[in-house]
Amino acid sequence: MKKLFALVLVLALALMACVASAQEGKVYFLNFKPEADEAWQALAATYTANTGVEVKVVTAASGTYSETLTAEMGKGDAAPTLFQCGNKAGLDTWGEYCLDLTGTDFYNEMTTDEFNLFGENGEALCAGYCYEAFGIIVNKDLLAQAGYDISGITDFASLKAVAEDIHARRDELGFDAFTSSGMDGSSSWRFSGHLANMPLYYEFRDDGVTEQPATITGAYLDAFKNIWDLYINNASTEPSQLSTATGDQAAAEFGEGKAAFYQNGTWEYANLTGNFGIPAENLAMIPIYCGVEGEDKAGLCCGTENCWAVNVKASEADQQATLDFLYWVVTSDEGTTMMAEQFGPIPFKAAKASDNVFFNDANAYIAQGNYVVSWAFNYTPNVDAWRAGVVAAMTQYSAGGSWDDVVSAFVDGWAVQYNNQ
Amino acid sequence: MRKKKTRPVHAGLNSQLIRRSMQRWFPLFLLPTFIAFCIGFLWPFLQGIYLSFFQFKTLDNMNFAGLQNYLKAFGDASFVSAFWQTAKVAVVSIILINLFAFAVAYALTRGIRGANLFRSVFFMPNLIGGIVLGYIWNTIFAGVLRGYNTALALNSTLGFWGLIIVLCWQQVGYMMIIYIAGLQSVSEDMIEAARIDGANSWHVLRHITLPTVMPSITICTFLTLTNSFKLFDQNLVLTNGAPMVFDAGQQIYTTEMLALNIYRTFTMNWKWQGVGQAKAVMFFILVAGISLFQLSATRSREVQQ
Repeated sequence: MKKLFALVLVLALALMACVASAQEGKVYFLNFKPEADEAWQALAATYTANTGVEVKVVTAASGTYSETLTAEMGKGDAAPTLFQCGNKAGLDTWGEYCLDLTGTDFYNEMTTDEFNLFGENGEALCAGYCYEAFGIIVNKDLLAQAGYDISGITDFASLKAVAEDIHARRDELGFDAFTSSGMDGSSSWRFSGHLANMPLYYEFRDDGVTEQPATITGAYLDAFKNIWDLYINNASTEPSQLSTATGDQAAAEFGEGKAAFYQNGTWEYANLTGNFGIPAENLAMIPIYCGVEGEDKAGLCCGTENCWAVNVKASEADQQATLDFLYWVVTSDEGTTMMAEQFGPIPFKAAKASDNVFFNDANAYIAQGNYVVSWAFNYTPNVDAWRAGVVAAMTQYSAGGSWDDVVSAFVDGWAVQYNNQ
Repeated sequence: MRKKKTRPVHAGLNSQLIRRSMQRWFPLFLLPTFIAFCIGFLWPFLQGIYLSFFQFKTLDNMNFAGLQNYLKAFGDASFVSAFWQTAKVAVVSIILINLFAFAVAYALTRGIRGANLFRSVFFMPNLIGGIVLGYIWNTIFAGVLRGYNTALALNSTLGFWGLIIVLCWQQVGYMMIIYIAGLQSVSEDMIEAARIDGANSWHVLRHITLPTVMPSITICTFLTLTNSFKLFDQNLVLTNGAPMVFDAGQQIYTTEMLALNIYRTFTMNWKWQGVGQAKAVMFFILVAGISLFQLSATRSREVQQ
C-alpha cells in the first residue's frame, strides 16, 4: 500500500512538473530546411527531456516556406516563436515580427554580425546562424582519370578547355563534364539564383551597390552566357530537354560518377558523402569562373539566407523559452555537435569544427587572399517572381531561343519586380 | 422511362408514415453536411470577400484598403491575359470533351462486344489526381517532343494543346458515363416508331436521341465549363505558365490560366496578397455568372417525356 501511495505521489509530482513547465513557455520552430528536419526533431526531443520545456519543430515542405509561414503566423498564440527570415524580401514582410536580439545571452554568443540582418535603427532582427558557400563541386578522381588536376583550373579559359575536352572524350572516359542543368523547379534555383549571382555580384561590385537598386544594367551578362553555354553544351542532357530535368537527376549523375563537375553548395556534402558514398578526399569545390577580368583571384560564393528570428508577438514566456532554447543549441554539446554536422561551421563561440571539405575549401581561398563572392542576389526584388522569369527565358534560350530574352528577363524583369514590391 | 423507374421510390416516400418522421428528422441528417459546408466553403468564402478589401500579412494583421486591390487587379496585364487563355481553353475543351464523350458513349451503347470493359477503361483516367496525371503526361510529352527538339514549356501553342489533350483524356471517360446513362433512357418505342415512319439514323439521332439526352448535355457542359475555368493542377504541372513574355511592363505567362495567375499573385509578396484575394472574388463571380447563364440556356432545350 505504501508503495502504491509513493507511486501516486511520484506521478502527481511528474504531472505538476509538466503543468509547471507548460506555464514556463514553449518553443515552436518553423524550420526552413527539410534536410535538417530529422536532426532538429531529435535535438528538440533531447531538450525537452533535459528541461521539460516543450519544443515543437515543424518543417515546411521544400519551396513553400513563405506560404507556410504566412499561414502559421496568423494563428495568434499558436504561431511560431522561432522562424526563418533571411533576406531583404523576408525582412520587408516579417520585420515587424522580429524581436530585437541585441543583448540577449544567445546573441552575445555570436562571433560575427556579418550574416545578421538589422532594422532601420540598428536592431538585430535576424541572426545568421550558419553560412553557406557554393561553387562548382569537382570529383577529383574523375578529373585525374581524364588527366587533369584542379590546380590547373584557375580561370574561365582553363575551365572551358578541361570541360570541352572531357565532353569530347565522354564515350571513352565513361563520364561527362557537367551534370544536367535542369530547369525543373527542383533544380532551376541553382542557376536563376546561384549562378545569376555572378553577373549581379560583379555589377554591384563595380557600381558600389549597398542597397537594393531599382534597376540593373546587366553589364556582366556576357559572362553569365559564357558559363551557361559551357554548362549546357558539355553535359549528357540535350539543352532542349532541360525544362523537365530535375535536381535529383543532377545529384545522381554526379553521385554515380557520370559527371566531373556539379554546381551546388556546401549543403550537398552530407548527400554526396553519405548517400552516394563519394570519399571526402575526392571532393573539392572551386569558384565559378565565367570570364571576368581578374577572376583568378575569386573565391567561393559565401553568404547565408539562414537567419533566425524570434517572434516578438509571441507571449513573453514563449519568447524567453525560445531564447533559452537557442542559447542551449549554440552552447551545449548536443546542440553544437548537431549544428556542425548539419550546417558546418557556425558563427558562435562554442562552435565545433566541421569535417565538411567544402567549407575548408572556402576558407582556404580566403586564406590565400582571394575575394569572397558575396550573395548579391539577396537584393533581388520579389525574388521568386524574378527568378521564375529568368528560368523561363533560360529554358527558352537553351532550346534554341534568343539570348535577348534572358537579358530582358534579367534587366526588365528586375525593374518590373522592383515596381511590384 | 426514367420516371417510370423511379415511381416506386416516390410512392414509398409519399407514404404518410415515412413522410412524417422525415419532416421531423431531416435537419439532423442534414446537419453534418451543413457543418462541413460552412467550415469548408461558406466561412472561407465570406472571409475571402472580406479580406479582398484589405492589405494583409496574416489574418490578424491587416489594413483596410478599400477598392485598391480591385483596381490593381484590373490594371494587371497578366490577369487579363490569363482570362483570355482560360476562355480559349474552356471553349476548346468543352467542345472536344463533349464531342468525344458523346461519340464514345454512342458507340458503347450500340451493343458491341466488351462494352463494359471499354467503359471501365475509358473511365479509369478520371480516377487519377490532376497532379499525378500532369506529371505522367509531362513525361510522355517530353518523350515525344524530344524527337522534334522542343518541349511543352517552350512554345505556347504546344503548351495549349498539351493541356487540351490531358483534359480530354481525363474527362472524356467521366462525361461518357453520364452520356451513357442518358442514352440508355432513350425510349426504344420512340426509335422504333420513327424507323417505321422512315427516319434514318441521322434523323433518329437529331430528333429523338439528342433532345432526350439534353439533360445529360446540360450536366456535361456545365461540368466541363466549370472544370476548365477552375483548372489549376494540370496547368501548374504541365507548363507552370511558361513560356513568359514581357508586355505592358509586366511578366506575362502565356499559358497561365486564371487560377494559376491568382496563386502566383498571392505568393508574389505580402502587398499582393490582397490583390490575389480580389482576383479570386472576381473569379468566383465570373465562374458563377457564366455557369448560371449556361445552365439556363441549355435547360430551355431539355424536353420532358
